[in-house]
Amino acid sequence: MDRLPRWADLALVPLISLLLAAIISALVILAIGQDPWEAITVMVQGSLMSAYGWGYTLYYTTSFIFTGLCVTIAFHAGLFNIGGEGQAQLGGLGVALACLFIPWPHWSLALIGASLAAAAFGAAWIAIPAWLQARRGSHIVITTIMFNYIASSLMIFMLVDVLRPPGQQDPSTANFPAVTHIPSLDELPLFNLIFTKPVPANISLLIALAVAAGVWVLLWHTRLGYQIRAFGKSEAGARYAGISATKITMIALMLSGALAGMMAINNVMGEAERLVGNSASGAGFIGIAVALMGRNHPIGVVLAALLFGFLFQGGAELGMWTKIPIEMRIVVQGLVILFTGALDMMVRMMLTRIFALFRNPRPVGAA
Amino acid sequence: MDYATILQLLDTTIRLATPLMFACIAGLYSERSGVFDIGLEGKMLVAAMCSGAVAFYTGSVWAGLGAGILGSMAFALIHGLTSITFRGNQLIAGVALNFLASGLTVLVAQALFRQGGRTPPLTGDARFNPITLPGAEAMKDVPLIGPLYYEVISGHSVLVYAAFGVVALTWWVMYRTRFGLRLRAVGENPAAVDTAGVSVTGLRFSAVMITGILCGLAGAYMATALQAGFGKEMTAGRGYIALAALIFAKWRPVAAMWACLLFGFFQALALRSDVVGSIVPFRIPGSFLEALPYVLTVFVLAGFVGKAIPPRAGGEPYVKER
Repeated sequence: MDRLPRWADLALVPLISLLLAAIISALVILAIGQDPWEAITVMVQGSLMSAYGWGYTLYYTTSFIFTGLCVTIAFHAGLFNIGGEGQAQLGGLGVALACLFIPWPHWSLALIGASLAAAAFGAAWIAIPAWLQARRGSHIVITTIMFNYIASSLMIFMLVDVLRPPGQQDPSTANFPAVTHIPSLDELPLFNLIFTKPVPANISLLIALAVAAGVWVLLWHTRLGYQIRAFGKSEAGARYAGISATKITMIALMLSGALAGMMAINNVMGEAERLVGNSASGAGFIGIAVALMGRNHPIGVVLAALLFGFLFQGGAELGMWTKIPIEMRIVVQGLVILFTGALDMMVRMMLTRIFALFRNPRPVGAA
Repeated sequence: MDYATILQLLDTTIRLATPLMFACIAGLYSERSGVFDIGLEGKMLVAAMCSGAVAFYTGSVWAGLGAGILGSMAFALIHGLTSITFRGNQLIAGVALNFLASGLTVLVAQALFRQGGRTPPLTGDARFNPITLPGAEAMKDVPLIGPLYYEVISGHSVLVYAAFGVVALTWWVMYRTRFGLRLRAVGENPAAVDTAGVSVTGLRFSAVMITGILCGLAGAYMATALQAGFGKEMTAGRGYIALAALIFAKWRPVAAMWACLLFGFFQALALRSDVVGSIVPFRIPGSFLEALPYVLTVFVLAGFVGKAIPPRAGGEPYVKER
């Protein structure tokens, strides 16, 4: 098969996949008797046309950058970490314990401490599946699915039986002490010129961007990153080059889990300021779509996270202002995963054919 | 714990194990043919919604069952096209279909009924009602066996008995028919099957479509027998428990039945924390019992309880040599 030009591979394939997902979403909206044009107007209006809307869009974006990077780093090692959801919930537990039980003198120290705790808990939650993958050959996809369910049971137990303050009805921790409050964008200098009303997006956005840059450096400019990518391209080749399969599997997956866990500084520490049930609320799974859409590159992940932040906030607006249920965003998410992840080959086949038409025009008269 | 309580627990076990058995056997066909399917959950959900809606409109549970099977088969077809025809990543396709199902079912149910993404409650002939097996009333008073027969074995809907039938049929198909032999072969070594002149694509598509039919039965059972109507996310991870049971059973039909009964028993226990509390001296939270199937599966995957080896060609799209 002919190869596609690099620009087409990097930009055109995801854009066409996205277009296909958008067309089918529009058809779905038509099929349930609603107006797709009205839907897109409401979504843009509610998520991008005001600073307040951006405050929510960027809040979701922050979470999705973390979970998207989580899936990306595992993909580069040839592994599919589907357990970001569980790891993000455990990250939330780490943040909650750090915020509730350590007397922090200042929010900045609390943020560093909570980030480390979140990363450590996320990494710890994938350690067993990672070890099983590396040493016992158990498929990481299946074990991380199982660990997602074990995580949600564990979190219910922790919130109902352990961390819930006496006399409280709903299963959640107590509110975190005021000193652990991290600034939201409306409280940060410069940003507060744009964001005048309180918004949920907070300083973790900047951390997420820094972490994305860090992942880029790690993957393409360090020895470890080279080893991870080599292992992902060819396990046999990597072994032959003296790269330890066990070591790389463990490191790549634990970094992946740590990234998912770090999401909790955004939603648990930055927004809720206490740990509630089902804290990750699906962001771990959206990471899969974000990584696929972003072609497993940190820049792509940041852009795709922004797109999904828009979809998420826009979807919430749909649920509020139109007759289209909020679940529409799950449909779009599924379609994006389907087209960018699983039907990649179909789009590529289509494009290759179109490119071939332009490249070798059939000589006139030749039969 | 008295005899009556044990019988109640076993009765609930069978009810809860039925959708697991359908879904687990469904996964068995697909995975034995070399197509991984983590989209069992989504197909069940679609079937539950379709059967709930159609059973409500027509008042006939059989029409509902048919619609559920068709809905689930439509999703199976997409899975087949993606993973067999376009050689896409089977795991990602499964994840995508689960999300699609989760969103679409609510969207459609809301568009049709405007009840917050539910279908209206089903009554009478729009549901599978319990059937009393012959002699159950007469045997009721026989000590020990009588109540067992009356409470546990009799009094289920027809789909419950069908599930056990499907297990037996699957064993026969897999190990006693030509189709079964070829199906198992195509999951281990598709090139050999291709060389023998049998279509790999054809076999895998038929397996994936059988998966669709059986997931349809699982979903229809959820909406028209276990409960009266479809509710948002009503399958609640059962597709994944079925997947766990399939691995626990090492991809064998009869073992799959026992695994589903075991996991169904855990689910039944999780509902009856009072019973658990009366046996053990300390308190076990219900969430621990709910997590047990998953924990056990991890142990099996770890190879501590025998080794679970998946079909060798599983997950790999087959590319014919030219």
